[in-house]
Amino acid sequence: MTAAIEIHGADKRFGTVHALKSVDLTVEAGDFFALLGPNGAGKTTLINLLAGLSVPDAGTLKVMGFDVVRDYQKARRNLGVVPQELVFDPFFTVRETLEIQSGYFGLKNNDDWIDDILDNLQLADKAHANMRTLSGGMKRRVLIAQALVHRPPVIVLDEPTAGVDVELRQSLWKFIQRLNREGHTILLTTHYLEEAEALCRRVAILKQGQIVAHDTTQNLLRSRDLSRLEDVFVAIMQDGGLEAES
Amino acid sequence: MRGFLTLFFKEVLRFWKVSLQTVLAPLISTLLYLLVFSHVMADHADVYPGVSYAAFLIPGLAMMSMLQNAFANSSSSLVQSKVTGNLVFVLLTPLSHWEFYWAYVLASVVRGVLVGSVVLLTAWFFFAIPAREPLWIVVFALLATILSGSLGVLAGIWAEKFDQMAAWQNFIVLPLTFLSGAFYSIHSLPSFWNTLSRFNPFFYVIDGFRYGFLGSSDVSPWESLLIVGSACLALSWTTLALLRSGWRLRT
Repeated sequence: MTAAIEIHGADKRFGTVHALKSVDLTVEAGDFFALLGPNGAGKTTLINLLAGLSVPDAGTLKVMGFDVVRDYQKARRNLGVVPQELVFDPFFTVRETLEIQSGYFGLKNNDDWIDDILDNLQLADKAHANMRTLSGGMKRRVLIAQALVHRPPVIVLDEPTAGVDVELRQSLWKFIQRLNREGHTILLTTHYLEEAEALCRRVAILKQGQIVAHDTTQNLLRSRDLSRLEDVFVAIMQDGGLEAES
Repeated sequence: MRGFLTLFFKEVLRFWKVSLQTVLAPLISTLLYLLVFSHVMADHADVYPGVSYAAFLIPGLAMMSMLQNAFANSSSSLVQSKVTGNLVFVLLTPLSHWEFYWAYVLASVVRGVLVGSVVLLTAWFFFAIPAREPLWIVVFALLATILSGSLGVLAGIWAEKFDQMAAWQNFIVLPLTFLSGAFYSIHSLPSFWNTLSRFNPFFYVIDGFRYGFLGSSDVSPWESLLIVGSACLALSWTTLALLRSGWRLRT
């Protein structure tokens, strides 16, 4: 079975900063996967390489078996990315934004799915509101909707709940879990480790551009004889130990 | 194809939603130029025999507004999207560099031609100007807006801040459009400035466009077509190559 994400030897420098150091990572199809790490560890850089927003200096990255450089069109059709920054186009309404994003992927007659996303993200009553008029939390919901509009099999959420209220978090995770049950692969980065622990079956931890742990959530907890992922994370950050990949 | 059409329509919709600023404002400023220059210069400017200064000026002004607005459309859209970060929504899609380029350029063509048409239609209310060679008018209107729209895409790729874009407008586009024979025939210039004007592709655009109206021009419309066509090809090739490489768009 083709892995949802395959990364071999991904290396990236920005000037003198070595952001990613020959990273290898595989995320199986259908997985709910957490990519954790402190600020500046390289999580967003790795996501940007997957999404084609950055170009790797070395290594290969594949989404559903498609190389993100050589087969970029197929790779991007299979990938939905929720960016970390709260960005939006101030010229359009929520519905226009989603219809436009849908069109970029060559989709027409996508209204039923757009309605479904709007309902699940509690955006239906804001469908005709201009993006400028929305609160930060609402804009975050639209970002998530934009990533889902072309029904990508692989969904990358880069800190999707930063600055989001409890109610939306709960409805968002319910919706994302539904998508995961329906077969979508989820790659999540977050600083809320309790969320990662509750949702994700597997975890990789990045530190200074390197994967320092990669295992199932349960195995990571057992290996350190700890009960919370947050404690495992802190322990790994302190000793920097390199766990064997399984 | 649908992805390209979506980006194209989105770019058209973007300027249309602020048409007060993108269509009406250029119309007013161009008509003010026309009002002032057609009265002040009428007895001083040396243009073609049997051609009134207003008839000479109107095609030049219309083309100048087309060039400036075509440039402004692609360049401002790109730099705004880069500064606010929403260009990511286009970069994450499977759109090719060809689709990206032509969507921005053709939206610029639409805005440029729309502004030029509104200027010409309004001017026709006040001044009688002929349209002797309509095909040349269409050809140069399209080539000019493609050329200027491409330049806008190039500037939009390069600029990362609004002041960098302002530098393009103030130090490149404005001098090229003003010193292009929009207000005068280059035959009335001293030989140095006459020669220098011949290195400005916008001169050929305006001269060829004017030929379409008046049937006379400073250089042959075929020579203008060759030079403007070559400039379009060179600029398109350069911009497409930069887009393909991801320069300043994909780090």
